[in-house]
Amino acid sequence: MPVFWLALIVLALAAIGYVTGRARALSSGGGNIRNLHSLPAYYGWHVALMVLVPAFAIMVVWLLVQPVMVNGSVSGGLPEGAVAEDTTLDLVMSDVRRVAEGLDAAVASGGMTPEEAQSSTIDLDGLRDRLGAVGVALGSEVSPEILNAAQSYRGLTATGRFWMTLVVLLAAIGGFVFAMRRTRADFRARNVVESGIRALLLGAASIAILTTIGIVLSLVFNTIEFFRLYPAADFFFGLTWSPSFGGGSELGILPLLWGTFYISLIALAVAVPIGLFAAIYLSEYAGPKVRAVAKPLLEVLAGIPTIVYGLFALLTVGPLLLGIFGDEGLGWMQAGTAVMTAGVVMGIMLIPFVSSLSDDIINAVPQAMRDGSYGLGATRSETIRQVVLPAALPGIVGAILLAASRAIGETMIVVLGAGAAARLSLNPFDAMTTVTAKIVSQLTGDADFASPEALVAFALGMTLFIVTLGLNVLALYIVRKYREQYE
Amino acid sequence: MYDAVNTEQSVQQTETKISARNVQVYYGDTHAIKDVDVDIADKTVTAFIGPSGCGKSTFLRCLNRMNDTIDICRVEGRIELDGEDIYDPKVDPVQLRAKVGMVFQKPNPFPKSIYDNIAYGPRIHGMARNKAELDEIVERALRRGAIWDEVKDRLDAPGTGLSGGQQQRLCIARAVATEPEVLLMDEPCSALDPIATAQVEELIDELRQNYSVVIVTHSMQQAARVSQKTAFFHLGNLVEFGDTSQIFTNPEDPRTESYITGRIG
Ligand SMILES: Nc1ncnc2c1ncn2[C@@H]1O[C@H](COP(=O)(O)OP(=O)(O)OP(=O)(O)O)[C@@H](O)[C@H]1O
Ligand SMILES: [Mg+2]
Repeated sequence: MPVFWLALIVLALAAIGYVTGRARALSSGGGNIRNLHSLPAYYGWHVALMVLVPAFAIMVVWLLVQPVMVNGSVSGGLPEGAVAEDTTLDLVMSDVRRVAEGLDAAVASGGMTPEEAQSSTIDLDGLRDRLGAVGVALGSEVSPEILNAAQSYRGLTATGRFWMTLVVLLAAIGGFVFAMRRTRADFRARNVVESGIRALLLGAASIAILTTIGIVLSLVFNTIEFFRLYPAADFFFGLTWSPSFGGGSELGILPLLWGTFYISLIALAVAVPIGLFAAIYLSEYAGPKVRAVAKPLLEVLAGIPTIVYGLFALLTVGPLLLGIFGDEGLGWMQAGTAVMTAGVVMGIMLIPFVSSLSDDIINAVPQAMRDGSYGLGATRSETIRQVVLPAALPGIVGAILLAASRAIGETMIVVLGAGAAARLSLNPFDAMTTVTAKIVSQLTGDADFASPEALVAFALGMTLFIVTLGLNVLALYIVRKYREQYE
Repeated sequence: MYDAVNTEQSVQQTETKISARNVQVYYGDTHAIKDVDVDIADKTVTAFIGPSGCGKSTFLRCLNRMNDTIDICRVEGRIELDGEDIYDPKVDPVQLRAKVGMVFQKPNPFPKSIYDNIAYGPRIHGMARNKAELDEIVERALRRGAIWDEVKDRLDAPGTGLSGGQQQRLCIARAVATEPEVLLMDEPCSALDPIATAQVEELIDELRQNYSVVIVTHSMQQAARVSQKTAFFHLGNLVEFGDTSQIFTNPEDPRTESYITGRIG
């Protein structure tokens, strides 16, 4: 039975459970709500939750675990010679899965009977074409070993599905019966629903956390793998970045970190004053009408995809700067792609970010504070400088740190605006590159995935992750400290 | 009726400091102050009394244009300070507020040190030539606000860390430090114990020698003790305005009588 139908049946059972549970509670209370411990709807929810939660939990776990188990058992059953010299077990297994998929599709479209699909006498020569006809193209003719494996794959999957359906349905019905038997007038359905909801929310939170942990772990393992192939000291303290896919690369992170740092610094130098002043204007000076127009406009700026900013850097800002600082002008700049170009455009990108965060923070300073200052005969700018900004300062610092961690993680603007040369230079009109841009280029090349040239991407990612994590934690800490002041 | 009614009838016939004519205040569509005429004399304490929500704070805030900071608030009519219309476009509200100081209903210390809270106004207006003078101003203001003894050892501690009543006195001291000609006090003793209240009342009496003070209070006894003039507000109207002794002993309007004897409000 397809998963969709199974889910629908469980849902229907839950709906029935809601109605009958509610009715049963009412009748056990003699039809009078006041005899019940909880409102009738809680009894309904109790039954529905008892049906839904165990059934779906089993289903999700089963769907996650079954493919792994089937894969393991099928690949374990492959004969010795099935994995040829020039391939790996993974590739063979993906062939197996594809053939199995093809057989499924052929059966579904009626081009093959279920019996034929599982029979060992199936005609191997025509099989590739027949599977191609139902939309599953194969790279080569199907060998008997692979067909055999695919058939056992299908068999195991089908068996698994059957048992899953059975167990899920049993769990749903079991939950239903169990909950109905508990439903009596004095049963504390409200408390049970409360803890049920708590468990649900906890589940959502743990999924979010577990995925994060998963991502971090995959970074960590690949990074460790990289450091096994390439000395960590050379990575962290190397002054040259020159990967060569033939081997003998120098993979020093310092030029990349410097590029990242330099570009972010210029970006913040642009974004912080402009964003902050815009926020002060909007929150303290602008009338309600101006604010109603200007705030959404600024936020539109925040919604522009960064690739568009990248184009802006490449096509507009780069040539513009080159005109002023290039050979015709001051002669400091060789090409349009430079730290300055990327930094300025990234700064423009960060303006709405800084201004809308600061605006919220400035608005959170209580009006009574401003009144106190005005009441002493202070002007607006005196009030802002001496009362509002000092009160909002920790929050603003937090906002700036968040902006910095965005600048550090930005990729597209750098790729298009800053060039690709990794270089340690002080001249802001030189082309440079950043950690993120190099992660992209290392993984999109044709390097073998197990080579240090590709794995270095994970080490770079890990470094970046730790830097931005540190900044974010610092920012959150500062922002939180600031919050305590008024509450 | 009240034994504490001010017996010293030494209200000198001084000139009018603030005169309000035909004042209307609207918050959006709500008409919060209706047709108020009042004369606030120099070197006099004037008390505003009335039930909660009747518009005392609103009217008080008109006198130094603090209502300008509320977007939806609209003030009509004529209010003069020393014969000059304070709502005239030529008048700078900032300078006006330096002359007409205010203590707010809710204490609002700045998130700065106690010292900086008091020094804020004097610094802005350049009242001290050097640190020693500023120290002197701060100490004097804190003493007048009856809080010096409690904070003299921790002038560097944040003002927001004080208790509610201490914050209230800090705000009084802060307002006094700028030496305004008129001091508007919105329930300055609402969070104070009897001793601190008595000290603040002493301060008010002292301020009266040179300045004019307007105080909003919910305590009839306090109004009777400290003020020479009393204005009774009700539902946005100024019901009765006159000498304190007369209002408390022999009110003309039946609403005033009910209020001060505790029947309405
Ligand atoms: N910022 C505001 N926006 C809208 N309406 C307001 C605002 N401030 C006051 N009001 C309204 O104006 C009226 C008068 O309020 P006001 O604060 O002057 O009363 P009050 O006499 O000072 O009362 P209390 O003794 O409780 O302090 C009230 O009806 C109030 O709802
Ligand atoms: Mg009030």
